This record gives sequence, structure tokens and C-alpha cells, in this order.
Amino acid sequence: MELTDFFTNYTLRTITLGTAVLGAICGMLGSFAVLRKQSLLGDAISHASLPGIAIAFIITGVKNEHLFLVGALISGLIGTFWIKSIVKRTRLKNDTALGLILSLFFGLGMLLLTFIQKMPNANQAGLDKYLFGQAATLVEEDVWVMAAVTGVSLIVLLLFWKELKLLLFDPDYTKTLGFNTRFLDILITSFIVVAIVLGLQTVGVVLMSAMLLAPAAAARQWTNNLGVMIVLASIFGAFSGVFGTAISASQDNLSTGPVIVLVAAAFVLLSFIFSPRRGLLFRELRFRKNRRELHLKKTLTFMYRIAKEHDNISHPHAIRILNNFQGFTRKTLTKLEEQHLIRVEGNQWALTEKGFQEAESMYVKMGTDHD
Amino acid sequence: MTNAQLEIQLIAALVAVACAIPGVFLVLRKMAMISDAISHSILVGIVVGFFITQDLNSPLLILLAAVTGVVTVILVEFIQKTGLVKEDTAIGLVFPALFSIGVILIAKHANDVHLDIDAVLLGELAFAPFDHLIVGDTDIGPKSLWVIGTILVINLTLLILFFKELKLSTFDKGLAATLGFSPLLLHYGLMTVSSVTIVGAFDAVGAVLVVALIIAPPATAYLLTDDLKKMLLLSCFFGIFAAISGYWVANALDASIAGSMTTMLGVVFLLVYLFAPKQGVFSVFYKERQQRIEVSLLVFLLHLQNHQEKEERHVNHLQEHINWEKVKAKTVLELATKNNLIHISENIVSLTEKGQEFTDEALKYITTNKETAIEELKDRFFLFRG
Repeated sequence: MELTDFFTNYTLRTITLGTAVLGAICGMLGSFAVLRKQSLLGDAISHASLPGIAIAFIITGVKNEHLFLVGALISGLIGTFWIKSIVKRTRLKNDTALGLILSLFFGLGMLLLTFIQKMPNANQAGLDKYLFGQAATLVEEDVWVMAAVTGVSLIVLLLFWKELKLLLFDPDYTKTLGFNTRFLDILITSFIVVAIVLGLQTVGVVLMSAMLLAPAAAARQWTNNLGVMIVLASIFGAFSGVFGTAISASQDNLSTGPVIVLVAAAFVLLSFIFSPRRGLLFRELRFRKNRRELHLKKTLTFMYRIAKEHDNISHPHAIRILNNFQGFTRKTLTKLEEQHLIRVEGNQWALTEKGFQEAESMYVKMGTDHD
Repeated sequence: MTNAQLEIQLIAALVAVACAIPGVFLVLRKMAMISDAISHSILVGIVVGFFITQDLNSPLLILLAAVTGVVTVILVEFIQKTGLVKEDTAIGLVFPALFSIGVILIAKHANDVHLDIDAVLLGELAFAPFDHLIVGDTDIGPKSLWVIGTILVINLTLLILFFKELKLSTFDKGLAATLGFSPLLLHYGLMTVSSVTIVGAFDAVGAVLVVALIIAPPATAYLLTDDLKKMLLLSCFFGIFAAISGYWVANALDASIAGSMTTMLGVVFLLVYLFAPKQGVFSVFYKERQQRIEVSLLVFLLHLQNHQEKEERHVNHLQEHINWEKVKAKTVLELATKNNLIHISENIVSLTEKGQEFTDEALKYITTNKETAIEELKDRFFLFRG
């Protein structure tokens, strides 16, 4: 495959565009799911939408993508609100409710799907693709539907921006201010359900939740600002879609859904490691730097205590006497010398004027800290 | 019923019981979703193991897959510990990534692997009787029966051996730790057992439906009992019931056995969810309504006690005064009369002797606020409940 294929090959262009738009809307709405600790809700919703697709086919008997999506939407919503009511009404906890609805709805869906396969007009149904998704079946119309939904959810997001933001970070306060939190909750949950249903055809039931989570989890590492996070998540999502499609198109036998998920996972991994403020790499570096500085300071204060006993602060002492002190290494001494805090001559060290003052001020600071 | 049918039902029932045992503890420890993560990510282990052994029932493959399950748990916990994302996000990130790798591996080697993706999601219970284990020259029954049977025996043995420890560490982690039961050991022990069980069941019922067998029976049982042993027994019962009834439903519809087993679990859960005596939706609704009315009654009685003047105790006035709707006022009045707490003459309500006594005691209860006395009080005074 050549790079130019993206601009000349109609099918590929449609698929790429479709997965990009899908990634963007998932990133946008996924940010809310991640921040509201509803990460696994997406998993449950996507599985719960399966029986809806099957029932839509059984009732109408026709193969119509949009009809399937409506069926998926209804059964996804039923699943979501059932989860909420299980948590609210019974002693079962959130995770149990999620797992229950996820697996029970999916089981029902599988029962219906295998039942449909035995029906006379079944081979036209092609319902299997909803399990793992088939990006190849995306047509221009689907992309338009996705774009339209993205537009609508963007507008709603902007309209209720202030309220949603407040709801995310302080639901109780939102309620006391008189906002209808129930309505806002239903609003954002419904949009998450819509986004998931849209992705079923492309990524499939099983992997859809990752599409929702991964871009948002990656974006979270780079910023503490909700707006920036949503924009970043959309960008990560869109790029996952584009790269995933490109990689899977470049080889045979590589389904698009899993590849997109892996690309998104790679974004998460990179963000986890390299994000400047939260990332593991810089966190470790900062940690080491702090530890080294602490060593230097410990050594310096120890030297100060020795030097203080003498009239001449720069009186040389043997390095040997530092040995029973753990903070001391050959490297620490070199570091201290580089900073002109001590002088090292052969086996002897001596504090400089600068080093003495530095250590003294540290002592004063420590003393006041203790009081 | 043919021999094959019997074998399928037997395997299904064994799988259900084997899953229910770790499931009870996962549900009680609020780790139900970890089973979802394990059941998806072991796919990688299974695929890699299959490349090595070329046999879906090989012990090595089961071991490899189980190790993948434990690795998943460790990975999830590592991500949680970094604090970069919230807890459940860690689960949601790890297993789709691993599952994707598994799916891609299968797809890339589709030609030389007898695994296909439908089998991954659905299992191949219907074919289980055709794959018999032959030792020497004798046929000793279906392979998967032996696999799941072994796992079940291991689970049961471990359950009996460590019942006390598991129980304690599930309900009081701190106490278990101070008594010297390592929470870490028990945690990873449970995770290992779960992984092995999921791998064994995976072959029969597939990735997603394992989750149903692990979560649904304990969750259903939890709505019915507070006793751990009863919960275990009930879970096993629900599992076996779903396995056998599910098989016959699948037979009638000519559809997936695993799918219909899960659907039966769903039906059982729905019934219990609605009608369970204490935790069910209807009984909770009824109880809440009852309590609302009884609280109103108490308020009403206190009002009567506080007001000796006739105009304050007039039937119509009460409605306006306490600001109740007509229906509610009527229900409360009726309940009070039925219980012989008040009597009404010429539309003036007054407390009976019994009513006076009840109100006094209730007032004393409210001011000193002892724990459950009010229920006992109600039992003593009320013939009829709200």
C-alpha cells in the first residue's frame, strides 16, 4: 500500500475518515466516563447492546444498519439504567452490577444471534461483525451519521459545559446550587451510550470500551484542565483511528478493531511514561534527583559539624572520618567540589567559606523548621 | 436422552459449580470485574500455549493461560498503584489490549490454528462429547469433563481447607492480617484459582459467558442470604439449574448452549431481583412505603399528644395543619384506628390509652435513640402494619 492510497482509494478514505471521527467522539465523551469513575460502564454498555441488534433483526427481518443501531441504543440504555438501579436498590456493588448486566445481556445476545443464524434469511444478516467490528463495511453514509452525532454532542457539551464540569468534580455542590443533577447524569450517560453504539460496527462489542477509555486516560496524563483534556483525548482518539486503519490496511488478515485498540493502548503507554508532570520516567528522575540532593546536604551538614569545632573552618580533615556516615560517596565529594562548597586535596577535604555558609544557613533553616 | 446429551449437561453443571466457588468470594470482595479482565486476557495465553502444544486441553496450555490471568491482575494492580488513572480505568485498559493481541494472533495464523474467534466467545460445549480421552485402549470419557472435573476438585479442596481464612479475610481484612493470615497470599491464591477456573471453563462456555457463571449465581444468592455457606450452596444450585435448563432451552431453539445458560441465569437473577423477600425491588418498595406511613403515624400521634385543645384535633383541621394530602391522611387515620391507638368521636381525634402509652414510649425512644428498639416497639403495639 502506498501513502497516496489514502487520497485516491475511496473505500480506504471512507474508513479512515470514519475511524478518525469515531476516535474523536469516543475521546471526547470518554473523558467524562474516565473522570466520573465509570470506566467500565462502557464495557457493560457495549456488551448490553448486543441483544438489541439481534431483536431489531428478529422483529423487522431486514438488514438495516441504522435500525440495528436503534436497537443497540435501546438495549444499551436499558442495561445502563438497570445497572444504576441495581446499585441503588440492592446491596450488590457497582462492579457486580456491571459484570452481571454485561455478561447476562451478552449471553442473551449470543443466544439470539445463534438462533438467527438458523433462520432462513440469516445469511444476509451479517450480525457477526458486531462482535469484533468490521471497519471495511463503513460507507460514506455512516461517516455522515457519526459526524452529525459528534456535532450534536459537541453543541450539547458546550451548552451544558459549566454544569457538566461542576457535576464532574463536585456532584453534591452541583445539587445544592439547584441544578438538576439527575438530568445531567442521564444526559451525559446517554451520550456515552450513543458513542459506544456508533462504534460497534467498526470496533465491535468486545473492544469498544477500550476505544472510550484509552484516549481519555492518555490525555489525562498531560493536563489538569478539563477542556484541554477533552481536546487532547479527541486528537488521540482520531489518531488511533487513522494509524490503526493504516496499519491494518497495510497487511492481510489484520482486523481493524484490535489494531486501533492497540494503537490507542500505545498512546496510553507513552503518556504514562513520558508525560512531563505525571509520567513515570520524569517522576523517577525527579525522585532520584531529590535523593541525590538530600545526600549532598546530609554530607555537607556532617562536614559542617566537624568544621565548626575548629577555629579555621577550612582546616583540612581526612576523608576517612566521613566513612561511618552513609550519605558519603566519592561521587558526592566530587559534586560538592564542583559546586565550590569544599576543596579536596589528596586524602583530605576542607570546607570553603561558601560551603560553610551554605551549611550554616541550612542548620538555621532546619532549626526554625523544628520550632 | 442420549449419552452425549448427558455428558454435555454434566460438563455444564461442573463448570457452573467450579465457577461459582471463586465467584462468591470475588463478588463479596468487590472484585467481580477482575474476572471479566482475566477471562479476556487469557486469550493471549491460550493462543501462545496452543502454538506450543497444538492441543487445546493440554495441561501446559491451561497453566500458561492461568499465568496470563495472574499477570493481568498484577499488571492492573501495578497501574493502579502508580496512581496515574483511577482503579477501574486500569482494568479497562489492560484487558482490551491483551485481548486485541490474542485476536490478532489468531487472525494472523488462522490457517494453522484450530481456534476460531466464535469459539473464543462462545465455547464449544456442543462438541465436547466428541473429544474423548483415551488411556491405553480404554475410553474414559470426554476430555473437557476430566479437565473441569479436576479443576472442580481442586477448588473444592482449597475451599474446604481455607474456608476459615477466606471468610475472615473477605469480611475483615484487618483482623485477618493481625491474626497472621497473609492477605497478599490469600489474594493471589484466589486470583490464581480464579484464573485456572476461568481457563478451564473458557473452553466450554467462552470468554464472556465465563463471567456470567462467575458473577451471576453469587450475585443472585447474595440477594437471598447473609450466610456465606448458604450463599455458596445457593450459588452452586443456581449454576446447576442454569446449566441444565439452559441446555434444554438451547436444544429447543437450536441455539448456543452457553448463550442460553447465561439467559437462564439472567431469568433467575431477574426473578430474585424483583421478588427476593428482603432485598428484592418489590419488598424494598413495600418496606419503604410501610416505613413512610409509620413515621407519619408517629408524627401524627405526637401532634395529638401535644395538643389538648379541640380545634387542633379536628379531623379536617389535621389535614390542613400537618399539610398532608387527603389519601395519606386517610391511610394514617385508618392505620391508627385499626391498631386501636386513637378513637374518633364527633370528628375529634383523641389518643386511646394504648395510643398514649405507645406515644410515650416512642418519644422516649426518639430522645434517647437506642438502636433497634423502635421496631420492637412497633411489633408490640401494632396488629396491622402500614
